Amino acid sequence: MAFGRSEPGARPTPAPTALKILVAGGFGVGKTTFTGAVSEIKPLRSEEALTEAGRPYDDLGGVEAKATTTVAMDFGRITLSASMVLYLFGTPGQDRFWFLWDELAQGALGAVVLVDTRRLEESFAAIDYVERRGIPFAVAVNLFDGAPTHPVPTVRAALDLDPDVPLLLCDARRRESAREVLVALVEHSLRTAAARQHLPAAP
Amino acid sequence: MTDAWFDDAAGPVVRPYAMTRGRTRPDARLRLDLIALVTADDDALERAEHAAPADHRAQDDAPGHPVHPGPAGPTPATGFAPEHLTIVRRCSGDPQSVAELAADLDLPVGVVRVLVSDLVTAELVRVTRPVPPAELPDETVLREVIDGLRAL
Repeated sequence: MAFGRSEPGARPTPAPTALKILVAGGFGVGKTTFTGAVSEIKPLRSEEALTEAGRPYDDLGGVEAKATTTVAMDFGRITLSASMVLYLFGTPGQDRFWFLWDELAQGALGAVVLVDTRRLEESFAAIDYVERRGIPFAVAVNLFDGAPTHPVPTVRAALDLDPDVPLLLCDARRRESAREVLVALVEHSLRTAAARQHLPAAP
Repeated sequence: MTDAWFDDAAGPVVRPYAMTRGRTRPDARLRLDLIALVTADDDALERAEHAAPADHRAQDDAPGHPVHPGPAGPTPATGFAPEHLTIVRRCSGDPQSVAELAADLDLPVGVVRVLVSDLVTAELVRVTRPVPPAELPDETVLREVIDGLRAL
């Protein structure tokens, strides 16, 4: 591995294992609030400057248009043990930054998809994405103050979720509530991993 | 009139990628994930500071002496940018993820990737490889995560 070269001398201080979970959902659904509730650090923001080449044939008549877009990601950190650190990444709300999602999704333990029952459709893109990628996910209904609450089966039907996908009610502002969602997600990831192992090798 | 856009007339030139000397991709052998953890060796800061030759800085300060960017590619022999040293300093105690470094330094992730890859090439920092892409961590790891979360 290329990384082997980067270990000069004989001082192998073992770095902890870093893991990540995505926090997805539509715009304004509480992703940063959720991350902040469980993170031991104030959610940080990192940015990626992306240069998008314009379409080769567009209205500008051959002028190659380039726009630099800055994409922000919010993230938090939870130290689980001396040897394990978990990072939570809030995915960008805009669907068009799907390529950034791909990188965020690589090697993720799973995804929490937050939904607001007043605007369920805001979270469709996130659910589609994780389903298509085969990323284990749990859906958490963020109970905003005054939000009309629907019975869980109604929400499940409206989102057309598979029966094994965990669906929980949560208050993204509360640490214990966010933690419960994460536990439910990783338990689901564990079941998924176990099921995959017992299947014959298939895509 | 393109002639008007020379030297100072071109405006501020220290854009984020100037500190990577225009390079936008790190060493091809390194694929630095957002959660790749960067650790500096104990003596790394000292070594990094010594790796910045004084004549490099003198050249920068020489009046009327345009500074030409070096050839693309990691060439630590030409010295480190202050941001390189900041990264080494941050990673000297606890390992820091690429994402954390980008947030702390207020730089785009792409810039941090290039800077970290320079430091890896110079053997000043080590990077842990996160979970292989497209693979779920094994069941033991997942159980540890659940236990860790429950204990919070």
